[in-house]
Amino acid sequence: MRLSRLLPACLAACVFAGASGCAFKPIEPWVKPYERERLADPVMKTSLNELPGRQQDHVYTVREGSRGATGVQGGGCGCN
Amino acid sequence: MAAIKNAAKVAGLVGGAIAAGGVHAVDLPEDRAETMYHLYDGGGVIAQGPAVLVRKSMLDRVALSGSWYVDAVSNASIDVVTTASKFKETRNQGEVALDYVVRDSLIHVAGSRSVEPDYQASTLSVDLTQDVFGGMTTVVLGYSHADDKVGEKGTPGWVGTAHHWQYRLGLTQILTPRWTASANLESINDDGYLKSPYRLARVIGTYLHENDPTTRESKALRLSTTGDITPEGASNRRSVRVDYRYYWDTWNVRGHTFEVAYNRNLAPGWLLESSLRYYRQKRALFYSDNAPGQTLYFSRNRELSTMHDFGPAVTLSYTLRSVPGKYDVKLSGTYQFIDFHYADYTVGDTGKPYSYHASVFNTVLSATF
Repeated sequence: MRLSRLLPACLAACVFAGASGCAFKPIEPWVKPYERERLADPVMKTSLNELPGRQQDHVYTVREGSRGATGVQGGGCGCN
Repeated sequence: MAAIKNAAKVAGLVGGAIAAGGVHAVDLPEDRAETMYHLYDGGGVIAQGPAVLVRKSMLDRVALSGSWYVDAVSNASIDVVTTASKFKETRNQGEVALDYVVRDSLIHVAGSRSVEPDYQASTLSVDLTQDVFGGMTTVVLGYSHADDKVGEKGTPGWVGTAHHWQYRLGLTQILTPRWTASANLESINDDGYLKSPYRLARVIGTYLHENDPTTRESKALRLSTTGDITPEGASNRRSVRVDYRYYWDTWNVRGHTFEVAYNRNLAPGWLLESSLRYYRQKRALFYSDNAPGQTLYFSRNRELSTMHDFGPAVTLSYTLRSVPGKYDVKLSGTYQFIDFHYADYTVGDTGKPYSYHASVFNTVLSATF
């Protein structure tokens, strides 16, 4: 049997083994909760507030052809 | 063999992430209140108004929120003044949302309604957030559906309806104690009256009402990474973020968005956020500044032309009052400058490509409690 045919089966077995905790030792989360202080700092946020993101998203959505994947929930039009 | 080992390692990681899914619970969004005044001024358009948002949690499992956003628009943009007359109108948008923690998942359900004299939109959205792999990976799945009614001043009733379906997938990964990375994929499908009843297209020098297709399918993929770049021993934290988004749709619009951001604590209570954004796109198949002949679909909507925009933004925030663990109150102000350039949208009959710049401003008073 060719190696390429074996690979998907091996991957499925590895996922199952990883999830069930047997055969393969699951990879442990390498950044512990007590090491995430810097990541929780406000300086790491895209914006401190929520409303400005809606304004910015609306400004771009009605003037550019692209849309989506911004993490901001839109709604409405205001585009006529 | 190396490829097999790497594949096994990745598969083990996925399995480990699934196995570790139950050890970390997601948090409800924090209780907060925001009031904002916002202003956009550019290209003959002024849009301004207030906005408010309030969110309160209860029983440690549920958070209710409501928001209201007003856009008072005065429109004298180039396409309006050359083919119609300037106008004023107000758009009101209200939203109610519920966040609910179930085991280690957060469910967000929201409904919003936007009303303006000639356009109404109702949107319902559901998002599911799940932390896995010991809280190092966050997965978000989302779906929205919107129904719009499109009107035209002077015409009783509605001239058409439009429906929108949005599917979202987001993945955020903690890479190191200082760096995170995220990927967002969103698909938006539209069906119905997608053109404007007012906008005119130019066909062999003659102005005709535009005719856009009645369906549109789009996808956007955004990749982002954020890192803490504070030097060891420095007291003022600083971070950097790099974003890239690629957009494509069935109207053949292709867009690239690049953004870099730098945030920094200036002094206790003071935070500076700065960013630089560049966007460019290729025109839709049926867009033309002056079509050489009439086709089934034709449009002179600048939003669908070949264009680019560029500009910096700065936000300065100050903590007015803070009682750790109880509440804090902040005041912030943002100024953004955007330069728009159109490659194939000309001014009148001059043949000169159109460009303009805009100023975007907002000030926010916010409290977390």
